[in-house]
Amino acid sequence: MTITAIHKDPEKLTMSFTAEFDSTPERVWQLWADPRLFEKWWGPPEYPATVVEHEFTPGGKVRYYMTGPEGEKYHGFSEFIAIDPPKALELGDGFLDDDGNEVEGMPTMTSRVDISDIGDATRMVITTMFPSLEAMEQLIEMGAEEGMKGSLSQVPDLLAAMA
Amino acid sequence: MTDEQVDLLFHALADATRRDIVKRAIAGEHSVSELAAGYAMSFAAVQKHVSVLERAGLVTKTRRGRERLVTTDIATINQAAQLLDQFEELWRQRVNRMGELLALETGESR
Repeated sequence: MTITAIHKDPEKLTMSFTAEFDSTPERVWQLWADPRLFEKWWGPPEYPATVVEHEFTPGGKVRYYMTGPEGEKYHGFSEFIAIDPPKALELGDGFLDDDGNEVEGMPTMTSRVDISDIGDATRMVITTMFPSLEAMEQLIEMGAEEGMKGSLSQVPDLLAAMA
Repeated sequence: MTDEQVDLLFHALADATRRDIVKRAIAGEHSVSELAAGYAMSFAAVQKHVSVLERAGLVTKTRRGRERLVTTDIATINQAAQLLDQFEELWRQRVNRMGELLALETGESR
């Protein structure tokens, strides 16, 4: 696996992430389509994901929870907006309360996954759009709460230090 | 950022008055005359400093009635950039796990 490109646009609140896998488009597609594979990569090892619902059709949802080291559970879901196997997938992410119910009025982000055969490898491009800075903050902070934050690459923040 | 943009940025920030103007612009909106009142220099001199900052992309001037307000969205963009860095890290970890899963499927990878 090689990460070949990352584009971040802080003004447009988008990120596109390109990775190439030594595998076929069908196998890469299965990582999204198969709930048992999905739960193996979605959450980090210390917060494993358990998929409780996986309706892989447009309008369908994957619902999951992640279990933390103290046994605490964090619920989330993604709605599949468009599915074109094994090439393209569009999904919206949302959050669920402790009982697994959808939290009304919570921000969502939309992501598009494009998978293509590039000859000797398979390219996957993930493009995510955030609706607003506030939503982005909330979504990423909630993601961080689920232990997804990982080791941060700290950017020198010249102006914040000045202010 | 191009080399030219970096040069403009460092030149803009190399002056104490200009750094102070940026600080004030981050804290809130001020008209050029409000800013000028805080420094022992002419209105024209302050206006010139604002222009240097504007060229470096550190502040923007917006019109409100007869006033020209000096604002900055640097803080907002910085915050967005940091959040995107966190999001990038999340996906780095995820695609690493994806790569490991695909590598486990022995004999079937290309």
